[in-house]
Amino acid sequence: MAKSNEPIWWSLFSAGGVVAAFLIPIHILLLGLAGPLGWLPQGALDYGRMADLVAHPIVRLYCFVLISLPLFHWAHRFRFTLADLGIHGIDMLLAVVCYGAAIVGTLIAAQVLWTF
Amino acid sequence: MKPYIRQMPAGWWLKRPSYLLFMLRELSSVFVGGYVVLFLMMIRRLAQGPAEYEAFMAALRSPLAILFHVVALAFALLHTITWFNLTPKAMAVWRGEERLPPAMMIVPNYVGWVVVSGVIAWVVLGG
Repeated sequence: MAKSNEPIWWSLFSAGGVVAAFLIPIHILLLGLAGPLGWLPQGALDYGRMADLVAHPIVRLYCFVLISLPLFHWAHRFRFTLADLGIHGIDMLLAVVCYGAAIVGTLIAAQVLWTF
Repeated sequence: MKPYIRQMPAGWWLKRPSYLLFMLRELSSVFVGGYVVLFLMMIRRLAQGPAEYEAFMAALRSPLAILFHVVALAFALLHTITWFNLTPKAMAVWRGEERLPPAMMIVPNYVGWVVVSGVIAWVVLGG
């Protein structure tokens, strides 16, 4: 069988699926809905508190994982969904664009979090 | 070698509820990916300073942002539920001659999910 880099992408997809399943709903609920709609205690998401939180190295590592792995999860699923929708003949281009976008997102996340 | 590709009508996934659910599950990754990009933007604004961060948080209060988060949460939950329910299919665990019942593999996921979500809420709000 020809050598393939598929296992790498599949592992990242799978790890991203686990991260997304466990962590994304509570993040959307807290930061995207409860905060903006005023369900949280006054000042819960204020600049000072959040900046202190993200300044912690473990929190930054957590944020990096939370951003990077779901991007690879998206890249893998999106690539094959387009194929399922009948887009054929540009498989290589799609793979490069999808995984490339995930890699770019990961690098930006690393840069933002490293220099925080 | 040229692989044979069977032609499918573009709307094949609308033909059956199970196909539609499959497509919605695949689509969930777009919302999950979109959300983490938004989350990264939030951290970038946080790094830039209080004025930039407050402006970003004010934008999150717009009806469009709320609508996006409601839809994104629905898709995120669809991902969580379908992902957890797939565990016994992706990984068969045998105990001697007996296969571990699927529920025994699914339920701990949900328990862990509630605990992890509680810990995150505690760290963000009070920790």
